[in-house]
Formats: sequence, C-alpha cells, structure tokens
Amino acid sequence: MVNAELVNGQTLQPQEREVDHPSSLVALFGKDQPLSLDCGVDLAPFQIAYQTYGTLNAERSNAILVCHALTMDQHMANVHPVTGKPGGWLAMIGPGQPIDTDRFFVICPNVIGGCMGSTGPASTNPDTGKPWGLDFPIVTIPDMVRAQAMLLDRLGIDTLFAVVGGSMGGMQVLQWCVAYPQRVFSALPIACATRHSAQNIAFHELGRQAVMADPDWQQGRYFERGTHPHRGLGVARMAAHITYLSDAALHRKFGRRMQDRDLPTFSFDADFQVESYLRHQGSSFVERFDANSYLYLTRAMDYFDIAADHDGVLAKAFRGTRTRFCVVSFTSDWLFPTAESRAIVHALNAGGARVSFAEIETDKGHDAFLLDVPEFIDIARAFLQSAAAARGLTSSGT
Amino acid sequence: MTIQQPTLPLNGAAPFNPADHRGDHLLVAEMVPSGSRVLDVGCGDGDLLQLLERRGVDGRGIELSREGVNKCVAKGLAVVQGDADTDLDAYPDDAFDYVILSQTLQATRQPRAVLENLLRIGHRAIVSFPNFGYWKMRLQLLVGGHMPRTDNLPATWYETPNIHFCTIKDFVQLCDEINVKMERAVALDLYGRPLRLNAPWWFWNLFGEQGVFVLSRRGKER
Repeated sequence: MVNAELVNGQTLQPQEREVDHPSSLVALFGKDQPLSLDCGVDLAPFQIAYQTYGTLNAERSNAILVCHALTMDQHMANVHPVTGKPGGWLAMIGPGQPIDTDRFFVICPNVIGGCMGSTGPASTNPDTGKPWGLDFPIVTIPDMVRAQAMLLDRLGIDTLFAVVGGSMGGMQVLQWCVAYPQRVFSALPIACATRHSAQNIAFHELGRQAVMADPDWQQGRYFERGTHPHRGLGVARMAAHITYLSDAALHRKFGRRMQDRDLPTFSFDADFQVESYLRHQGSSFVERFDANSYLYLTRAMDYFDIAADHDGVLAKAFRGTRTRFCVVSFTSDWLFPTAESRAIVHALNAGGARVSFAEIETDKGHDAFLLDVPEFIDIARAFLQSAAAARGLTSSGT
Repeated sequence: MTIQQPTLPLNGAAPFNPADHRGDHLLVAEMVPSGSRVLDVGCGDGDLLQLLERRGVDGRGIELSREGVNKCVAKGLAVVQGDADTDLDAYPDDAFDYVILSQTLQATRQPRAVLENLLRIGHRAIVSFPNFGYWKMRLQLLVGGHMPRTDNLPATWYETPNIHFCTIKDFVQLCDEINVKMERAVALDLYGRPLRLNAPWWFWNLFGEQGVFVLSRRGKER
C-alpha cells in the first residue's frame, strides 16, 4: 500500500489522490472540447487518464485499445499505484503475450465515470471545488467510447488495429464497432453481451442499494462529511464477486473447509474459508474504489442495449461492417452466458461480418477472462496474429 | 479513413500443393468460383476452408468441436462454434453463394431440415457424404453380418457420430422429395478419385465410396 500524501495542503489517501492526479498519463480536454453525454449534458472540462505500453509504429497502424471491466482501470500491465499489486491483465498484455507489447502499441484508458484519474463522481467539480458526487451526470457505455475516441484523436491515431476487452470492456468493444466501424480493424469482445440482462441489472441494483443503505454514504457527500460507505460498498463487492465465480470454482477453492479452526464457533464469525475470502474481497476493494463511481459504472452497464438503438434489431447495428471479430465466452460464466455471445455472433453473421466464435471450457466462471486459461490465451493470440498478418503488420511491429 | 481489408492470399500461407489436400476437398474447391461467399458447415480443422480462401473465396465456417474451432482460428479463418442442427436457423436467407456440407450430413439429427436450411441460406449447396451403398459396405453386412467399417469410417456402431447413413440412391430420392435440383453429381472411389462420368446411377451407388452433389432450389433461376 502506498502511503497517504499531501496535495494542495490536504492529506489524501492514495485512491483519493489518483482521482484528480493520476500516476498515469492524462489527457486534459478544456471547456472548448466538451464530451457530449447521452443524458444531454456537455461535460467540460474533463480528463482521461490512460496507460500505454509498447511503441506506436511509423504508420500508426499497430495500436490496440484495451477497454477495462467494471472495477478495473488503466493499470493493466504495471504495478498498481494504490494496491501495489501486479497489473490487472498480465495474462493478456506484455512482451510475448497475445497483446504483445513488443509488437503493438497498447492504450489502456480509465473509463469516464471511473475513479482512477478519468473524470468521474469522485473528481473535483471545477464549479464548486468539491467532489462531484451525485451532481456528476449519468454516463453510458457509448459515452465512455466517445471519450476514448477523443483520446485517440488527441494521440493522432485514426484506425485501431484492435479493440479488446472483457465484460464491461467487451461492451465497449462492441460499442466501438457500432459507433466507429471504420476505425476498428479487428475486435475481440470477451465474456460480454450487447445488452445487460434483467438478472444482471438485478445484481447491480442489489449492490447499489447496499451502498446507499450505508449511513456513511451520506447521499453521496461522504468526502465532505469525512465518512466513507465502506460497509455498503464491501457488501456490494461481496455479492458481485460471487457472480464472477462459479459453483464449481468456489467448491474447488474452498469447499466447506474451515478458516483457522476445526470446529464451528456457533457464532457469526467467518468460520468458513469462503466467508473469510469474501470479506477480504470486500474490504480490499473499498480501499481502491470509490462508492459513487461504483453506482455510476453499474448504471452505465444497466443502460447498455445496442439493439434498442437500432429498431430492436441487433443485426442492423453491425450491417456492412468490415471489422474482423473474434467473440469468446466461457462455459461456466453465468453472468454473461454463452447464449449472449451467440446472439452477438448471429447478429454479426446476419450482417455478413467476418466473425470467429469460441466457447472456452473452464470452471472459473466469468473471471476466467482475466486468468491464465491456456485455451483462451491461445485463441486470443491466434486471432490477433492472423489479424496482424491481414493488416500487414510485421512481427517487429514496424 | 476506411480500412482496406485485404482478402487473400493470407500472409504467410504455405504454397499450394495438391498432395496436401483430400481428394474430395480438391473436387469441392474446384466447384466454387473465385470471389464467392461460402459457408462451410462442419468445417473440422478448416482444411477445406483454408484451401478455398487460398483460391480467393470469402469463407466462413461452423464447427461443433472446440478443438476444431481453435485450430481454425489459429489459421486465421472465420469460424464459429456451433451445431448444424440448431444454429443454421439463425442465418438469413441468401446470405451465401455456396453452403458446403462436407462429410457431415450423416452426423446430423435432422438431415432433411439441414438440407433445406442449406438451400435457404445459400444460392447453391455442395453436399458430400459417404455412400452406404458402396459394395464393400454391402459385402460386410451381407457376408460378415455386422455393421460395416471402412478406413474412412472406422468407428464402431456404438461410438460412431454418424447416425443417419444413406446411399447415393437414398440421397437422390430425398432431393426429389424436397424439390431440390441436382446441378452436378460426382461419385468418388476409395481414393477420392471421380468415377467415370457417364455411368448409370446403380453403378455409382455400388462403386462410389462417396457422393458429391451441387444442389440448387428448383424453379429459381440464378
């Protein structure tokens, strides 16, 4: 854990510091460059925090945009500035990995509405000098993508060689292909869907209600009141974390084993290892994530529905696309089950797209996309390599 | 800026060598004009699809087995994991110039529905299947009294995925029933070589180890 430090005369916890002054690169957009949000608000000024790995080639043709999942951020392949833990997607990104940083120029932005340096509810509202809190406008997945497109314009990158992401990141990948089809050569949407299901909205609502039921949430004004809804956000994380795993994975990892004891205590202590694990997941999460940001990002996923913007016909969204797609799902993922990926594939096929689809056998649940699942990593590598060949990228990336 | 998707040849593709390919694949590949849009249903490891793409065909594939899909993606082919019996319904009408069903018809649960779907999705269908009327098959059943097994179909009756075998004669009859026009028919011998062209049906049904048919919808000129 990185220690608290003094910024502008205020003592800030590491996560609070990152909100306005990220340790990564940051692109500032002034009042003259507003982000037009779906809710009708023009957000300006705003900023996008991002990391890059690798080198952009002379033709500017080897850029891969990696979109992060709900509670991840731009620190995909470097030590995290708040937790001190290794990067969030090392199985996928790095030298010699499928997203080969020796070959590709990798851009990982923090989403708008996030809490690691891109403008979000924890950021300082320039009009008040205080954190936005619930005054921050509601953002959507298309808003996130629009902001990323502005970042790419700033970086002078016209066409992305690939857009890659899992879960909420996968939603952004699909949105990229719908909103900016000419700018995406290949797309790898993983463990995602073109719309959030009723069950998933229900789980998100559970998490939000847990946050808002915590008296320390203070109607979202916890920064000014010096409180933090640790308990509510922790419960939200615990519930969500269960949905990222699977029955088989939990059984394999913990079974009914006891935590540091042989007999039940006949109390509500964390007797079982699985309880102890979940409590740890909850308590470590609150130290690196902003509660209001959690509300906003879950809401963005809830609102996501590509077909709704195309007369209810998903295939219309992808009609005439020239992007090469590889859709991946996991057998034990019950948050974004294979049927959701098949719906994407059917729509792409109906639109005549060049699409591959693989369902990977694993018991690791939704989280499998972040783990080193060899069959999945092999598919990602093969897809990106063949796409790179079709794009005329040589193996050195130049 | 728009993206120019180079079609083919794929970079790094090995030079073409007929000896690397199965006889029936070479025959099918010759039946498909360059530039066509093709769906290969049950594309296995993608050998035929790769052969077609090298010949300038815009190919897609469906494959049931995960291993097959993975191998295809590794080859840079656009292949989706899916089932001919259930997933063809999701494809729109007239989406492809050719839909290929190579050595797969006999493994489907509803061959007739699959065949109808092929000709709904594609302007033409190319179907190849092992001929159960082949003389060696008949001999094994007649003399040996057991379910036939050959080099090309080595599985025992209790483990074979092939649940709907037919003869060339049976297939021709089905095509008549569902109003399908046979544009071209070829019977291959055990080594994948075409039998002589002007032979009568009974000769093909006896000496053809497999049949390859180009089909189209009757009454629809294209």
